[in-house]
Amino acid sequence: MKPRFLLPLLVFAGLVAFFAIGLERDPSRVPSPLIGRPAPDFELPGLADPERTVGLDDLLGRVSLLNVWATWCVGCRQEHALLLEIANSGEAPLFGLDWKDDRGAALAWLEELGDPYEAVAFDETGRVAIDWGVYGAPETFLLDADGTVLYKHLSPLTQAVWEQEFLPRIRAARGDAP
Amino acid sequence: MRRIAAALLASVWLSALAIDSEPAFEDPELQARFEHLTGQIRCLVCQNNTIADSNAGLAADLRAEIRSMLADGRSDAEIIEFLTARYGDFVLYRPPWAPRTWLLWLAPLILLGLGVVVAARIVVARSRLPIEDDADARAE
Repeated sequence: MKPRFLLPLLVFAGLVAFFAIGLERDPSRVPSPLIGRPAPDFELPGLADPERTVGLDDLLGRVSLLNVWATWCVGCRQEHALLLEIANSGEAPLFGLDWKDDRGAALAWLEELGDPYEAVAFDETGRVAIDWGVYGAPETFLLDADGTVLYKHLSPLTQAVWEQEFLPRIRAARGDAP
Repeated sequence: MRRIAAALLASVWLSALAIDSEPAFEDPELQARFEHLTGQIRCLVCQNNTIADSNAGLAADLRAEIRSMLADGRSDAEIIEFLTARYGDFVLYRPPWAPRTWLLWLAPLILLGLGVVVAARIVVARSRLPIEDDADARAE
């Protein structure tokens, strides 16, 4: 067989590979430009006590997690049990950013489902969430001790994501032996 | 009955006209820039909409943000930079011209070039074939 008859087949194989890669990628997961960059500074009233502010300073000094959630977010309810487990594991302190929410509803939510957060910042207008590039709760950020964003997960956390994406990065950032 | 119909029509028309409750800029130039900017930013919640025509909460927040930045006298480039620093180039419906997007922008030209080369080779190859048509042969 002449090689030129193989050409259309090769072109076809190339297209199949191209589309296979394209179909595997989920366009709703937009990579964050914040990864590897300093986390945006913020200071907001706390959820439990508006007089006490919660800000980036609270997160610094150790590897920490920031979870963006809201009571109107279905996926947040889905991941809540895992958040409680993560908080209990003591791997990294978990902070919350309550995004465009109702304070009463949010407090009732934590009362009902349990409170995994060390502190929750109450972002009523969503202005801080814009700085963090948040576009769909739940989103979970991992920060190192200096406040550099190491990783961002979109959509509800799962055990697999926690073990495969978060734990290795947390341990590496803490400087644990692998 | 007519009045009710007229009122309904008017309300539909008005709500189609203004997606936000904020009034338009008094300065028509600012308003034009606002409309131009919001028309080229992708709404990340509903990705096939621009933030100009999406009624998602985030799109409304971003419109308000752009509105206040324009009112503060920030340039279009600063506003685009503000958005891409937070949401990445994906918020732009028109990707920037950068090394990593060269292939994207040049792909149509490259494919067109390949097509021209293939077509030219076929035409040249055919033109060198001996004439086999009897009618043509008789005419000579």
